Amino acid sequence: MKFIDEYRQSDLALRLAEQIERLTDRPLKLMEVCGGHTHTIFKYGIEDLLPRNIEMIHGPGCPVCVIPLGRVDDAISIAQQPDVIFTTFGDAMRVPGSQTSLLDAKASGADVRMVYSPLDALKIARKNPEKQVVFLGLGFETTAPSSAMTILQAAKDKVENFTVFCNHITIIPALKAMLDSPDLKLDGFVGPGHVSTVIGTRCYEFVPRDYGKPLVVTGFEPLDVLQSVFMIVKQIVEGRAEIENQYARVVTREGNRLALEALFEVFEPRDYFEWRGLGSIAHSGMRLRSKYASFDAELKFSVPGLRIADPKACQCGEILKGVKKPWECKVFGTACTPETPIGSCMVSSEGACAAYYNFGRLSKIAERAASS
Amino acid sequence: MCLAIPGKIVEIVDVDNRIAKVEVGGVKRNINIGMLGEDEATVGDYVLIHVGFAMSKVDEHEAHETLRVLKEIGEFDLELEQFRTTVD
Repeated sequence: MKFIDEYRQSDLALRLAEQIERLTDRPLKLMEVCGGHTHTIFKYGIEDLLPRNIEMIHGPGCPVCVIPLGRVDDAISIAQQPDVIFTTFGDAMRVPGSQTSLLDAKASGADVRMVYSPLDALKIARKNPEKQVVFLGLGFETTAPSSAMTILQAAKDKVENFTVFCNHITIIPALKAMLDSPDLKLDGFVGPGHVSTVIGTRCYEFVPRDYGKPLVVTGFEPLDVLQSVFMIVKQIVEGRAEIENQYARVVTREGNRLALEALFEVFEPRDYFEWRGLGSIAHSGMRLRSKYASFDAELKFSVPGLRIADPKACQCGEILKGVKKPWECKVFGTACTPETPIGSCMVSSEGACAAYYNFGRLSKIAERAASS
Repeated sequence: MCLAIPGKIVEIVDVDNRIAKVEVGGVKRNINIGMLGEDEATVGDYVLIHVGFAMSKVDEHEAHETLRVLKEIGEFDLELEQFRTTVD
């Protein structure tokens, strides 16, 4: 409870936790889909606050964690080509490919630059007409509209030396894969917050309808997460399965129409896209429509395009599916740390492994050592 | 990756390309407001900003609350640092 004590509204948090405890002692597995929530849960020690019968499973909603090795290799291969300026969000710099990372490539002389926004990458392209500027498009529907709108701007302004290496993914097919997984028996979902700003709550309506599970769209504060867990557990206790919107102060049922229009205009679903650890998921990745082919880095540059298996020691796949806990992985905290990550879950602060590692959830490791 | 930071629109810079100047914690930069309707975003409004785009409008109270929480969870400095990073 160390972390929640430091939180200004810890009294309220404790009261909510008590209310959750009073609802049921049934063992329940709830998945927080989004990495932002994973971060909040670890930062505040929410797992310690929740009654023991409630287990949080950390879902695959961390874009940096699910990008497969082969795609990282492809990105590095583009970055290493002559006259290329490769731009990316900072999060992706240290993600290990099969041999190196973008950060290593930069150290070896490739022109890799961190940007805050894809619009900054477009600006770099305008200033460097003799270079090819590539932006690494990464992220769910929160981030994908900004790539789409940047491509629309580039098309409008006829910028010819700007392309996007598109690795954008969509949350609904991943959610379906989780629901269909025989390994996972989940009782309910803490639904994404900012993704839902774009796609709205209505996209989740199949979850209660077809699978009979509750889903509550949730904000990023510790109180939001606790309130959402309360709402989910209450639904279960009362025999309901519905979509509820705890984050109604920002999220609507319909989502953001203009963002969705931009997404649809620029991108189309790929037949399959590989997720690290989860395998190929149908229609889960986006690519540029042929109308915008001249902005597609995959068409402009030749990339290896290989499917590369994760290192054997790495159990990111099991962790991303919530089948294993980070501390159950053999290399966690020993060979694999945030400084020298083997698996992608150790890279992003939204990854379950990095979150466990950084926020001192090391009592679990001590328990493991004691039991082995 | 999916965090967003609230800011206040202080100027509409380019009506055609939907560019506005926003202020977050004393730092100003241009962002794109093309995801909001034309009559939706005006000077004085608060918006949630993600990777240089306004994703949605928020009320002033919500904006201040979110800023407070971002500061509390230690994400504010990082977000602001990224927000500050501009390409000239």
